[in-house]
Amino acid sequence: MWEEVRIVEDILKIGDRELTSRLFLGTGKFSSNKLIPEVVKASGVQVVTVALRRMDTAFEEENIAAYVPGDCILMPNTSGARNAKEAIRIARLARAAGCGNWVKIEVITDNRYLLPDNHETIKATEMLAAEGFVVLPYMSPDLMVAKKLVEVGAAAVMPLGSPIGSNRGLRTRELVRILVEEIPLPIIVDAGLGRPSEAAEAMEMGVAAVLVNTAIATANDPVAMARAFSMAVKAGRMAYLSGPGEIVDYARASSPLTGFLRE
Amino acid sequence: MSFYEEIKKYAHFDFDSFFERIGVSDVKRTIVRSRLNEQDYLILLSPAAEDCLEEIALRAHHLTIQHFGRVIFLYTPLYLSNYCVNHCVYCGFRVNNKLERKKLTSAELVKESEIIAATGLKHILILTGESRKDSPVSYIKECVEVLKKYFTSISIEIYPLDEHEYAELIAAGVDGLTIYQEVYDENIYSELHPAGPKRNYMYRMEAPERACSAGIRTVNVGALLGLNRWRSEAFFTGLHADYLQNRFPDVEVSISPPRMRPHLGGFPPPFAVSDKNLVQYMLAFRLFMPRGGITVSTRERADLRDRLVKLGTTKMSAGSSTSVGGRLDFDSAGQFEISDERSVSEMAMMLYSQGYQPVYKDWQMISQEPP
Repeated sequence: MWEEVRIVEDILKIGDRELTSRLFLGTGKFSSNKLIPEVVKASGVQVVTVALRRMDTAFEEENIAAYVPGDCILMPNTSGARNAKEAIRIARLARAAGCGNWVKIEVITDNRYLLPDNHETIKATEMLAAEGFVVLPYMSPDLMVAKKLVEVGAAAVMPLGSPIGSNRGLRTRELVRILVEEIPLPIIVDAGLGRPSEAAEAMEMGVAAVLVNTAIATANDPVAMARAFSMAVKAGRMAYLSGPGEIVDYARASSPLTGFLRE
Repeated sequence: MSFYEEIKKYAHFDFDSFFERIGVSDVKRTIVRSRLNEQDYLILLSPAAEDCLEEIALRAHHLTIQHFGRVIFLYTPLYLSNYCVNHCVYCGFRVNNKLERKKLTSAELVKESEIIAATGLKHILILTGESRKDSPVSYIKECVEVLKKYFTSISIEIYPLDEHEYAELIAAGVDGLTIYQEVYDENIYSELHPAGPKRNYMYRMEAPERACSAGIRTVNVGALLGLNRWRSEAFFTGLHADYLQNRFPDVEVSISPPRMRPHLGGFPPPFAVSDKNLVQYMLAFRLFMPRGGITVSTRERADLRDRLVKLGTTKMSAGSSTSVGGRLDFDSAGQFEISDERSVSEMAMMLYSQGYQPVYKDWQMISQEPP
C-alpha cells in the first residue's frame, strides 16, 4: 500500500510549480494549431513549449500560443538561437510578450543534426537564471555540463535522447542514466523519442519527465498518439517507483559459488 | 577556399558517361542509404532514377514530415526597384529592355507593406535589379527600416555585396539571403551575361559565403532551370547548398528550383525542364539534404504547386507580384509572368485542405531587445 500512496502523490516540482503530468509537449510540427488543445486534453499535458519565432500576437487566428490552454504552463523556447546572446534576447522578448518566466534554452549551431551547443547553453542559462527565469536547458548529455548547469541555476536539465525529429529513441541511455544518478535536478529527456515504449523506457530509468513533439505531431492520429505517450509515461513512472527487479544475466536457481556455505 | 574550388573538381567530369553506367538497381540501393554522398545524389538525378520516382517520393515525403512537420512556410516577394545595369539575356529587367523604370518611395513602400501585412504574412523577400546608383545599399537599408515595422523576417534578393555591406544590412534587420547563380556552367554563364557587373561569375558565386561570414541566418541558392541541362545544374546547386551547410553549420540553408517563365523581350529557354524533371530534382535533393529547405515560387502553376506540397517543399510564396509597386496602382512590367495568382488566404486554404499548416511567421527579429 505504501507504494500506491507514493504514486498517487507523485509530484514533479520545477521552479515553484507542482506538476502531476510528466509528459511535456512540443508544438512546431502539427498540421493545424487546432490540434494542440485536443492533444493537451487527451494527454493531460501541463507544460507546452512554443518557439517564440512562431508566436504572432498580432494575428490571433494563426498565433500558435493562443491555442495553448490557459491552465497549461506556456514554456517559450529559443529555437533559432545560434549563441547565448541570441538565446538571452529571445527569452527576454518572450517574457516581454507576456509568456511568463519559464524558458527552454535551445542553442543550436549545427543545422544538420540540430545538436545543441552545450557551452553557449551554459552561458545563456547562467544569465537568464540570474534574471529570474525558470530555465530548462536542452543539452547533449554530459555529466560535467549538467553539473555546471546545476551550479548556474538551471531548474531542470533536458538531455536529448537522440537528435531532434529523428525518432531514434533513447540512444543516449547510458549518459542519461548517469545524469539521473548524479544530478540533483529533474532530468527531462527532450528530443528523439519516437514511440511510447521509448518514453516508458526513459521513465523506468528514473528520468523526471519527457518532452515529445515530432512523434505526436506527425502521427496519423496525433490525439491518439498523445494519449498513448501519456499512458506510457505513467506506466514507466509507476514502474520506476515500484522498484523494478534487478536485471541479471544468470539464473538464480542455485548458487554455484557460495551454495556450499549453506550445506 | 570557396565553393568555386569544389565546382572546379568537376571541370572534366563526364556526366553523360556517368549516367550511362547507372541502372535501376543502383538507384534502389541509394534510396535506402541513411546518408547520401555527392555521388549518391547524382545517381538520384540520373535518367535511370526516373523509373523509381514513386519510391523516392515516399522516402522524401517521410523525411520532410519528420524534419519539418506538416507545415509549409509562407512568404511573399516585394520588388523595390527595377533599375538594372546588367545584360542578362533571359531577364525582363535587363538594361536594354524598354520598360518604365521605377523604385518605390518610402511612402509607397509603407502602402505596399500595409497591404501585405494585412494578409498576415510576416516574412518578406525584397528584390531589386542591379544598380548601385539607383538602388544603393543605403536605399535598401532605408527600406529595411520601414519594413521592420510590418515584418519579422526580411530576406534580400539583390545584387551581390561585399561582406561589410552584408553585415551592414544584417545589423539593420535583414536575416536572409536569396541569390541564384543562375547557371553554374561557367561558359554558359559567360555567354548569358555579356556585359555589366554580373559578368563576374566568381563574385556572384561567393556571395552566399560572404553573407554567411557576415552572420546571415538563412541562405537560399539556386540555378535558373532552362539555361543549361538541368541534371548538372541541379547537382551543383545541391553541392553548393551542402558546401554552405558544412562550412557554416549554424546557417539555415535552402535551395530554389526556379524554372524560366515568359518575360518581356522573351528569350526562349534553351533547355526544356519538364514537371517530371522538376519533381525528380526536388526529391533527389531532399534525400541528399534531409534538413535542407526547398522553396517553390509562383513561377509554377497552381495545380502543380498543390502536388509539390507533398514532394519535399518547405516554403512557398503567395499573393505574389513581380513588378515594382505591383500591389499599388502602377502598371509596370514584371520581371517574369507568374503562374499561380492565388492570394495568401487561398494558399492557406489549399494547405489546410491537404493536411498542412500554413506558417506565416517563423522568425522573430532579435536585433532589438525589449526595454
